[in-house]
Amino acid sequence: MEHQVVEGSKPVTVPALDPTITARGVNVFYGDKQAIFDVDVDVPRNAITSFIGPSGCGKSTFLRCINRMNDTIPICTVTGDIRIDGEDIYDPRLDVVELRARVGMVFQKPNPFPKSIYENIAYGPRIHGLTRSKKELDELVEKCLEKAGLLKEVKDRMNEPGTGLSGGQQQRLCIARAIATRPEVILMDEPCSALDPIATAKVEELMEELKENYTIIIVTHSMQQAARVSQRTAFFHLGKLVENGDTRQIFTNPSDKRTQDYITGRFG
Amino acid sequence: MPEHTVKSYEEELSLLDTKISRMGGLAEHNLAQAFDALQRRDARQAELVIVADHAIDVLERDVEEQVIEIIARRQPMANDLRHVIGALRITSDLERIGDLAKNIGKRAAAIAEVSHPKPVISGLSQMAELALKQLKMVLDAYAERDAELALKVWRDDQKIDATYNSLFRELLTYMMEDPRNIGLSTHLLFGAKNLERVGDHTTNIAETVFYLVRGEAISDDRPKGEDTTMARLAEHG
Repeated sequence: MEHQVVEGSKPVTVPALDPTITARGVNVFYGDKQAIFDVDVDVPRNAITSFIGPSGCGKSTFLRCINRMNDTIPICTVTGDIRIDGEDIYDPRLDVVELRARVGMVFQKPNPFPKSIYENIAYGPRIHGLTRSKKELDELVEKCLEKAGLLKEVKDRMNEPGTGLSGGQQQRLCIARAIATRPEVILMDEPCSALDPIATAKVEELMEELKENYTIIIVTHSMQQAARVSQRTAFFHLGKLVENGDTRQIFTNPSDKRTQDYITGRFG
Repeated sequence: MPEHTVKSYEEELSLLDTKISRMGGLAEHNLAQAFDALQRRDARQAELVIVADHAIDVLERDVEEQVIEIIARRQPMANDLRHVIGALRITSDLERIGDLAKNIGKRAAAIAEVSHPKPVISGLSQMAELALKQLKMVLDAYAERDAELALKVWRDDQKIDATYNSLFRELLTYMMEDPRNIGLSTHLLFGAKNLERVGDHTTNIAETVFYLVRGEAISDDRPKGEDTTMARLAEHG
């Protein structure tokens, strides 16, 4: 008898309890070309959700909808409904700058500002007016570096340029910078793909700690990383959501054949 | 199922199946030979079975090492993960079945000089046939990835248990009839117990095959057949 796993026409979705982010019927177009098709996703609070799928499947595009980064691409249009804590983030009255403070982002290549380590962290809180005094700002910078597990390594060189740190340190600096604006959500787009295994382990350990207070989404090409760090996994293919559920289930007994073929290395 | 993009991975997984099928074939063969030796009171064949078990042990270690290497190097996921974990479990059940065949061989060697009571031997031979048939079916279920067949094997184990229960009572009666039968009967009883244990390991394999194919454990309750542990001697007094 054949295996039960079949290719479904509808995505297999296990509902998430207490989602921070709910997306319904999301479509994304680049000009005439549709990149995302009718995606419904729930992202649970205080947990790590990984988005996986082959290159060009739309996972990064979808990620960038959550902090409206796609707004910066002129030909890109997004339709559908995305809410954070019930609030429509595509509401025209919503302040996008404020949204991006609530939804921090970490990119594939560490991209510290060409400023001092201190200024990298202090910049966001300062422009958003989150602190009232130099002392308060100093404390916040220290706290963020501490949370990012970087304080010990950089406390004597706070005024040196952030770009002088190692790749792994730079990435943790970017995470410290992302949490400095007190976001609810942190989006990570392949945060470890340029890092060595030790730096990767440090970032993963940091994510594990951060998930107590933040909702984290990570886009990754490493199946092992998705399996290691996340509690939920969403698999995208050709712009569609194929399967979204508990990481444990997805990596031991996925429901859709395409998910199984992808994570076991049998794709095309 | 489409093949893995990395061909050597595909080959490693199929090599695992080849080894398991070889192991299964050896276990089947040894069990049949051991029982045959017991039935025909052939001490020489019994000795051969005892020696032949070594090959199964070697294969078990081989499969174990290969599974560890696959986990370390390939980090299998989903059905592949279930495949390698399943292979590891099946191989250890097959190794135990090999040991039980060896034990039957030892019993056969020990009682080769003594003539057997006919009715008892026919009961035992019925049990051996059942155990061999079950083992063959479960190995087919593994090779074909057939969860339904595995489920059938799992359910049918109670037939072996039922035969064992009646054989147990028969041998007990036989011993009580004449204390001179005790030595022989004890050997035969252990032989029967070994066959009953073969059935249990076969059932374990059936559970593993079902999990491997479906990704979930068998859910219904299997009737527990073996009840001699609760049997009271007074019943036979």
